[in-house]
Amino acid sequence: MRRFLAHPSLMVGLCGALAFLLLGLTSLVWTPFPIDQIDIGRRFLGPSAEHWLGTDNLGRDMASLVMAGTWTSFLVAAIAVFIGMGIGVPLGLAAVIWGGAVEWLVLRLSDFIFAFPAVIVAILITTLAGPGSINAIVAIGIFNIPVFARVARGGALSIAKLDFVAAARLTGLGNAMIAWRHLLPNIMSLLIVQGTIQMSLGILSEAGLSYIALGTQAPDTSLGLMLREAQGMFLVHPWLTLVPGSAIVLIVMALNLAGDGLRDAIDPRLRQSRSNVLA
Amino acid sequence: MDKITKATALALALSTALASAAWAQPTEVRIGVALEPPTLDPTAGAAEAIDIVVYQNVFEGLTRIDETGAVQPGLAESWTISEDGLTYRFKLHDGVTFHDGSTFDAEDVKFTFDRIVAEDSVNAHREFFEPISTLTVVDPLTVEITLERPIGRFLFDLGRGDAVIVAPESAADNANQPIGTGPFAFVQWDKGSRVILEAYSPYWGEPVHLSRATYVFIGDTATLTNALLAGDVDGTNNFGQEALGVFEGNPQFTILAGTTEGETILGTNNRKPPFDNPKVRQAMAHALDRKAIIDGATYGYGTPIGSAFAPHNPYYVDLTETYPHDVEAAKRLLAEAGYPEGFTATLKLPPLAYAKLSGQIIASQFAEVGIKLELINVEFAQWLEDVYTNKDFDLTIISHVEPFDIGNYTNPDYYFGYDNPEFQALIDTLNGTTDEAERKELAIEAQTILAKDAVNGYLFQLPQTGVWNSKLTGMWKDSPIEGLVLRDIRWTE
Amino acid sequence: MIVFALRRFLGFAATLLVAAAVIFWLLDLLPGDPAQFILGINATPESVERLRVQLGLDVPAHQRFFDWIWGMLGGDFGLSYTQRAPVGELIWNRLGVTLPLALLAMLVSVLVGLPVGILAARRRGKALDTAVMLLAQTGIAIPGFWFGMLLTLLFAVTLRWLPTGGFIPWQEDPAAAMRGLILPGLALALPQASILARVMRTALVDVTGQDYIRTARAKGMTMGEAVWRHGVRNALLPVLTILGLQFAFLIAGTIIVENVFYLPGLGRLIFTAISERDLVLVRGATMILVVAITATMLLTDLTYALVDPRLRQGSGA
Repeated sequence: MRRFLAHPSLMVGLCGALAFLLLGLTSLVWTPFPIDQIDIGRRFLGPSAEHWLGTDNLGRDMASLVMAGTWTSFLVAAIAVFIGMGIGVPLGLAAVIWGGAVEWLVLRLSDFIFAFPAVIVAILITTLAGPGSINAIVAIGIFNIPVFARVARGGALSIAKLDFVAAARLTGLGNAMIAWRHLLPNIMSLLIVQGTIQMSLGILSEAGLSYIALGTQAPDTSLGLMLREAQGMFLVHPWLTLVPGSAIVLIVMALNLAGDGLRDAIDPRLRQSRSNVLA
Repeated sequence: MDKITKATALALALSTALASAAWAQPTEVRIGVALEPPTLDPTAGAAEAIDIVVYQNVFEGLTRIDETGAVQPGLAESWTISEDGLTYRFKLHDGVTFHDGSTFDAEDVKFTFDRIVAEDSVNAHREFFEPISTLTVVDPLTVEITLERPIGRFLFDLGRGDAVIVAPESAADNANQPIGTGPFAFVQWDKGSRVILEAYSPYWGEPVHLSRATYVFIGDTATLTNALLAGDVDGTNNFGQEALGVFEGNPQFTILAGTTEGETILGTNNRKPPFDNPKVRQAMAHALDRKAIIDGATYGYGTPIGSAFAPHNPYYVDLTETYPHDVEAAKRLLAEAGYPEGFTATLKLPPLAYAKLSGQIIASQFAEVGIKLELINVEFAQWLEDVYTNKDFDLTIISHVEPFDIGNYTNPDYYFGYDNPEFQALIDTLNGTTDEAERKELAIEAQTILAKDAVNGYLFQLPQTGVWNSKLTGMWKDSPIEGLVLRDIRWTE
Repeated sequence: MIVFALRRFLGFAATLLVAAAVIFWLLDLLPGDPAQFILGINATPESVERLRVQLGLDVPAHQRFFDWIWGMLGGDFGLSYTQRAPVGELIWNRLGVTLPLALLAMLVSVLVGLPVGILAARRRGKALDTAVMLLAQTGIAIPGFWFGMLLTLLFAVTLRWLPTGGFIPWQEDPAAAMRGLILPGLALALPQASILARVMRTALVDVTGQDYIRTARAKGMTMGEAVWRHGVRNALLPVLTILGLQFAFLIAGTIIVENVFYLPGLGRLIFTAISERDLVLVRGATMILVVAITATMLLTDLTYALVDPRLRQGSGA
């Protein structure tokens, strides 16, 4: 635990991400106002004691919308990353450790998914299944698979050639065990960095899909949808874009800081090298 | 090779023209429009974006519709109508040429209408011209059209974009290389970016003021705002009402707030319970608060409507108070209809800003009387399939943007499924009537029936809010027909 | 090396064939009728049926599939439903915007991202590292369409240095064309450069812990020399992966930036075509993108093998 505390960026990032996550989770049970409560008469209000972040173009409470929107954005990105990691990393490692036909197959599969322009397929999927957050998750998640497969393979390749892996093989360790014990821990830092990148990209992709009207749909809300709906009014009501926009920037930054910090904190080699420097 | 040299020469000419025009009295205009047309042939597609670019600019019909929606002589300088309203004799303008230099005459008119009603015609409004029984070329400048039955608004239909006159030599290529008789000739189309038109000097009519007009396609309101502010475009025919505040009070810009032919309705599937029950539909009409919808969805620029008719039409009658906003009355009617607790229904929304906003507001208003709406957002192509073709919907929101589309209510197979023989007979009589006073009376009766039956929820007339450089004049404020007519636009000072 | 290249090339061809089948099948599933879309909501069912026949939509799917493949082999991508123009030509015109834009964004992101990443790694843990990485974090975190609009507000609306968007064709005025690409190029490059900087830093920090660096240091090299001679070269592997991914993304994924700057790029072409159910155009354009991306990845793999000869044997075995 001490070594976690020793990384200020990790703490800042983790606290920030957790705070937003908590905010999002709270929206499941409570928001200051119902997010579908429309009241044209009270629209475009500035922040006040009643509406902490003011109201939007339909008179909905911005604070409530941000809470609910944060939850959607988190959910979409997180599930998409889990889909990608859960399928992609085992594929990438299998390719390295077995090589030959397995590698060929994994590479072809990953090439194959990759060969499709992500945005286009996301549009196709949302067109096919109807726009909405679930379909956005699937579309984003599919394209996380080859990302993780390739990063896992790329990282593991250079490690698999190192002496200690050969040594492990000599001691009679099976392929799967080598992948689990030696390759996975050694590419963990790469995966975590990639994971945070994909997580932040997921939140941004959701925002992007919302921008072209294929992401989350009203009456649900997400930060991307809020930003998109307010974008046209930017010069008249800048506040309406600043709130969800800053929320996205802060969440994504918090996640990335946390990822970077984690990486520094859990990578044994790096800790070692640091102690060398100190010595 | 020849093509390349020509293109280079054109490009050179263009850049010099652009460079010098910046300082001289401007005669060029760059207009930002939201949608790029799929083709530039108004006779083979329904997209409004086509008419915005070419209607009355590149192409002209026998008649033309003016800013007030009235019929004016176009390529036909005059006409006579027989007593029985069946035979129209058109005298064509002399000395009219197409932009490729060929001469316009009666044969082109015959070709145009033969093409519209042909077996393989892909005209979106073939049915308007199907009642033509014969079209005779009397002499090169005279055409006689005989109808199977009288059509009250035939002269108006002739003025639509669907009926512009095309030449046999060029008709096939009009999609990408439109050649018409209008005051502006097509120069180039950079797909995805812009269309350039140039004044056609041998034009037969009054010369236009502009030498060149460029349509720039900008779909995003924020981007269009920036382009207007930076002077990259000189105006736009319809700007998102949510951002009009940027230009209000700015002396460099004029806001033209007008109306269109778009009656925005809460489309209701009359075939389907509970909507087949008039009491339910009336309850829904009571539940609607038009003012809130108009404020929320159009920022107050829409005009309330109480039936399927445009307020600027001379036949219009105000029926907005037929079922005033009254939550108690709505609840009572629902109870009488057997739904004291209300019911649940779906609302399918096309991807249009006004529909999405209105949908959310209506859902919140209906919730007050116990009707729970589930919003389903679909893409436009899917909306067409689900709602329009397969009639698989409860409620929807859409604007009917064509002039006089009240005739849709006579078709029991139309998507909202309104089947009222009395109404159908009434419209038949109306179509066959040419006397103005009688027509008005019939039209009012028709509107009243629809309002009383609460066939659909009648919301508002879709506004048109143009934003233009304040030194430009001559733009149409209202849009009685789909188009953006450049004829009178010019720079002042 | 030749065997390796051959194998990869075979994979390339196989990918393309399966991709073609998937694209066709996926598009055929799309709800919505192209003919109905073209004719709109006031058209009669008869008009729609006539247009369906004209567009060849009444032909069975498998036959349309083989016609399509056969046509493509001969370089004919078919005629767009809505635009009534050859698909190949439509795509070719858009590439004149998309390719230069993607290259510009790549160039900027490499020129900015890599040095920044190296710098941060060298000053690891120092204030400069923190500041630069914070900046990179922000760069990744800003939604592209928002950033694009802020750029426009500053450089086009307020300062009026550059156009708010739009594109003048190259043959008309190359300088104007270039000016039109600067802001969108920057908007695209910012997140890419930030990602690149982070990846470069991570990769470098990784290799500084490796034995060969320590050996080099023991041989008397300074840390800077060691990292430069040995570290950067090894760190290039993950960076190359990312670059390949980025190019693939930039070639098709710029719809949003194209929208913000109303550029006639490939992304917007396909987006519009999907919503208008111009299936011929969508599958032709998607297929060309698939070819481009697959070719890029093939090149990345071959480059990989060149940078690190050990990989050739690994995959060739």
